[in-house]
Amino acid sequence: MPVILITDALIFLLIAVAIAFGLYAARHEHLRGPWRQVGRSPVGVAALVVIVFYVGIGLLDSLHFHPLIEPMAPADLTDQRTDQRTDQQAPTYSTQVISVLDRWLSGLRERQEKTFSAPFAIQLFVKEAIEQPDGSLIRGYPRLEYGGAHLADPAQRDLDILLRGLFGMVKGLIAWTAVMTILIALRAWHRQQSFNDSASRIWRGETKTPWRTVLITLALMLVLSFVAAELAAKYHILGTDKVGEDVFYQSLKSIRTGLVIGTLTTLVMLPAAVILGIMAGYFGGRTDDVIQYLYTTLSSIPGVLLIAAAILMLQVYMTNHADQFQSLVERADLRLLFLCIILGVTSWTGLCRLLRGESLKLREADYVQAARSLGVRHSTAIARHILPNVLHIVMITVVLDFSGLVLAEAVLSYVNIGVDPTMNSWGNMINSARLELARDPMVWWSLAAAFVFMFTLVLAANLLADVVRDAFDPRLRGAS
Amino acid sequence: MSDVLLHVSNLTAELGNGERPLRVCDGIDFSIRRGETLALLGESGCGKSMTALTLMRLLPLSGRIVGGSVQLDDSELLSLPEREMRGVRGGRMAMIFQEPQTSLNPVLKVGDQIAEAVRLHKPASNAQGASPPLLKRRLFSGEAEVAERVVELLRAVGIPDPARRAGEFPHQLSGGMKQRVMIAMALAGDPELLIADEPTTALDVTIQAQVLQLLKGLQAQTGMAVLLITHDLGVVAETADRLAVMYAGQIVEQASVDAFFAAPAHPYSRKLMESVPSASKRRGELAVIPGRVPPLDQPFTGCRFADRCSQVMPACREAPIAWFQPNLEQSVRCLLWAEGPARLQRASAAVGVVESSASSLRLETATAPRSATGLESEAEALDAARLDAASALSRSAAAPEGHALLATDGLEVHFPIQRGLFRSTVGHLKAVDGVDLRLQAGQTLALVGESGCGKTTVGKAILRLEPPTGGTVRYNGVDLAAIRAGQMRRYRKDLQIIFQDPFASMNPRMLVGDIVGEGLQSLGLEKGRAARRRRVAMLLEQVGIGEQAMERYPHEFSGGQRQRICIARALAVDPKLIVCDEPTSALDVSVQAQILNLLKRLQDELGLSYLFITHDISVVAYLAHEVAVMYLGRIVEQGTAAEVLDAPRHPYTQALLSAVPMMDKAERRQIIRLEGDMPSPAAPPTGCHFHPRCPQAIADCALAYPQPVQLSKTQSARCLRIEV
Repeated sequence: MPVILITDALIFLLIAVAIAFGLYAARHEHLRGPWRQVGRSPVGVAALVVIVFYVGIGLLDSLHFHPLIEPMAPADLTDQRTDQRTDQQAPTYSTQVISVLDRWLSGLRERQEKTFSAPFAIQLFVKEAIEQPDGSLIRGYPRLEYGGAHLADPAQRDLDILLRGLFGMVKGLIAWTAVMTILIALRAWHRQQSFNDSASRIWRGETKTPWRTVLITLALMLVLSFVAAELAAKYHILGTDKVGEDVFYQSLKSIRTGLVIGTLTTLVMLPAAVILGIMAGYFGGRTDDVIQYLYTTLSSIPGVLLIAAAILMLQVYMTNHADQFQSLVERADLRLLFLCIILGVTSWTGLCRLLRGESLKLREADYVQAARSLGVRHSTAIARHILPNVLHIVMITVVLDFSGLVLAEAVLSYVNIGVDPTMNSWGNMINSARLELARDPMVWWSLAAAFVFMFTLVLAANLLADVVRDAFDPRLRGAS
Repeated sequence: MSDVLLHVSNLTAELGNGERPLRVCDGIDFSIRRGETLALLGESGCGKSMTALTLMRLLPLSGRIVGGSVQLDDSELLSLPEREMRGVRGGRMAMIFQEPQTSLNPVLKVGDQIAEAVRLHKPASNAQGASPPLLKRRLFSGEAEVAERVVELLRAVGIPDPARRAGEFPHQLSGGMKQRVMIAMALAGDPELLIADEPTTALDVTIQAQVLQLLKGLQAQTGMAVLLITHDLGVVAETADRLAVMYAGQIVEQASVDAFFAAPAHPYSRKLMESVPSASKRRGELAVIPGRVPPLDQPFTGCRFADRCSQVMPACREAPIAWFQPNLEQSVRCLLWAEGPARLQRASAAVGVVESSASSLRLETATAPRSATGLESEAEALDAARLDAASALSRSAAAPEGHALLATDGLEVHFPIQRGLFRSTVGHLKAVDGVDLRLQAGQTLALVGESGCGKTTVGKAILRLEPPTGGTVRYNGVDLAAIRAGQMRRYRKDLQIIFQDPFASMNPRMLVGDIVGEGLQSLGLEKGRAARRRRVAMLLEQVGIGEQAMERYPHEFSGGQRQRICIARALAVDPKLIVCDEPTSALDVSVQAQILNLLKRLQDELGLSYLFITHDISVVAYLAHEVAVMYLGRIVEQGTAAEVLDAPRHPYTQALLSAVPMMDKAERRQIIRLEGDMPSPAAPPTGCHFHPRCPQAIADCALAYPQPVQLSKTQSARCLRIEV
């Protein structure tokens, strides 16, 4: 039974907005041109490929449902639809909410160890009393319940990892070859070239869109994912945390949180920033005064304080009205949404100020004056003349803000006013790593995993932001 | 030591990399003698400024000098190491730029900026005026000496109270003053050659006259040579000794100024001169050059002007054109002169024919298969074809009597000056302070004045783009200043405006078809989309752009074409009156001619009235029926064009007209030099606003603003010194 959480709904709305904007941009040269330029920059497309992987995982994690409770053997669980048809009696659903990604990674999710274990370890990280077959107790590192459990001889671990890694790589390369063939074939069909011709053009880097870069990045990402998938089936490739949960699984689950914070916050703040900013600049006078005072006041409240207050209030509300929430996931989701809203409230002023300045300038532009002399109404003038001419600022801000917000989430969770502690997020991982790092020997993998995942996303987003800014900035465009 | 100071030969420079670099100057040859002024003349995009930058070795990063030599005295500048070149720049060769506003650092005092130049470039000995050794420089021993030199320089460029001015920041100075400071900085190194890149283009005529006079005076004192880059033929005629005409990266003609203005040899030069508007060309239309300057990223084989030339021969396109010498003082790159004076006779005869049957020839050029030039040249043909009918109509329309279509009475636009925490109003900026204008239907009233006098604000106030704060604007008897904003929509249809900058006056995000159709849509004149498109297509045809432009964006058009589109937009709602706010001042002279022709034709065909706001007297002379001269928010003199331009009575009008540079020596007047700049409209002088600068002022002038003196039925002026 599908469940649509509020953030899910907003994500779908965001995708709809993005698609609508894409269609709009495709028909307008002034928007299509810069995006085409982004598509022609090797850095831009490489970053895009990486981001697409992240977004894909995030989207899979946004399709939530209540799983069926199966009276039968768990082997049938994988094929839900046939079950539904064959089962005549009313299906019973679990109260648990899981996502498609959870279903997909159910192996990872369910293979919980007792406590910490290092990446690729086959033994626990801490010593325990182990009962020997002869009944005696010794203190040592017990074998993990799942990680490397298939190995009879622990000494074979390295060889096994190597073989599985190679196997994963081969699978990845096969997948990549398939994707590449489809891509080249599509391009050849589109351009009316022969397949070989198209392929050799791509490999010699003669295409306008740097397909070679796309394919190389794609190869890298596919091989990495397949190797990881192959190994994760038998090992905890990034170790486990205190309660024995797989860190790799946590990192993957955190992607959605990061993306939601990065994008929904913008969606929340955008209407206010755009409407108020343009109004302040275009109408001036009293309107301008009011809006200016509003954002000056808002931006002088310390952001962290505001966020902490809002989150605490929400928590109190949730404890007092516990009956309104059916599951933990819903509570966590509401808190995430609230965090987005409150982050949006604290971050719209920058864009608003930029837009006010720009509209102030555009209001005096000759074409706006000409429109007024032609009797164009204010609303039309704003929609037709001001908005399209400030859209590049909006675009640049959105892309630049994204990485900042992902990082902000980590910081806020670290000081405990971020997302719900039960929700997977990089911030929470880092927060828990605070204690783990104090252990001796140190538990480093939670922090490292969060760092690597976050770093890759933020780096890709920043690189893309740079390319987008270069493409949209009129001053830079004039120079090239 | 030879007489020649700078000798440039075969200088070639390219901009940009890749397969098609822009060859911004291609085989430039010229030389400048000591104490001489050489003018480099040409339209924008011809490579004038780039030539100057190449001489200084200051090309932008993507540029490089491909070949040639630049010899300053005996030293070859192109082979100097950068270290020494730095000494030459500002030392032996100095440069001043077009925009004084952006050439000064706004956070440094002007004195400090000049002092920097003084410290860098003071030679060890400047005893004999001989060029000092490049590297032997010494720093001044004391700051006092530097400060002294700064004041001396500021005094030399005619800045009053130089010691105080040295301690001011650039924003405290007016445009003319800033340009003087720039000149002072350039003079700091006692240059032997001063390169002036459009030094007066951004300035008003009276200020321009001051600056040009200053340059001449300095040149006489110091004996430096000047390379003057300009597009203004009048400036060339008044200041230069010799000139070189540049076209598409090449020099096409070199001559002494006298010889050139007597008989320009190259067809391009000739066209350029003919396209300058003036009173004597009122009857007909201005000559135009079809097409535009070709892009410089292509290899040229023959003459670069061939595609736009009315006398083109097959040989013109075949091989590079050599230099020919029609006479001792003139040389030209044109095959018409290949056979010497014999051909010359024929050529000038041909010119005569061309002038009389302009339209047929232009139609020929219009069929040239170049798509880029096609649009414009077709427009020329259209303009020309409709000329005859037009001129007949214009005579009938010029009848002076008739009811006033538009009359302003005591029109005021005051902007409050707000200060302090609570934004209390501490005063008013009286941009427009009691303006009375009358405009007859079908006529052109020119509103003339220098920048900052409030003429643009008058135009906007009439359209209620700036709300008037006082007075009336009667359009057909209805007071537009008094009606509510909602009711104004009804009159939007009749009153339209065309702006100065064709690049800023169209939304770059909209298709041309939507831009032109905007008024139709917003005023609900054409409801259906199809009907609107038909009407827009017709309008674009009418202004000579063609309907295929509808699906394109404004940036795909040149300045002149854009201005035509703007005119189409204004015409769309079928207006009676168009406020033209300096519609040609951002355009080259040959393009200006096209636009003026179009405006004139439209007036004759549609009976439009124009309120033509401009600072360009020659345009006024060509186009206007009546003229009003504005100074600091008020009209100081008005009358018919002939009265005001030929017999100005107000001292300001006289000074303004005398400052206009004239090509024809006979037309030149003694320049009445105005001291200082226009005062701020926030604190106008008491009495007559003009009296602090007026050469004829008497004590009474400071007491009260003079009442209008009716000089004739049509002419009036506001000055105490006028006796009727």
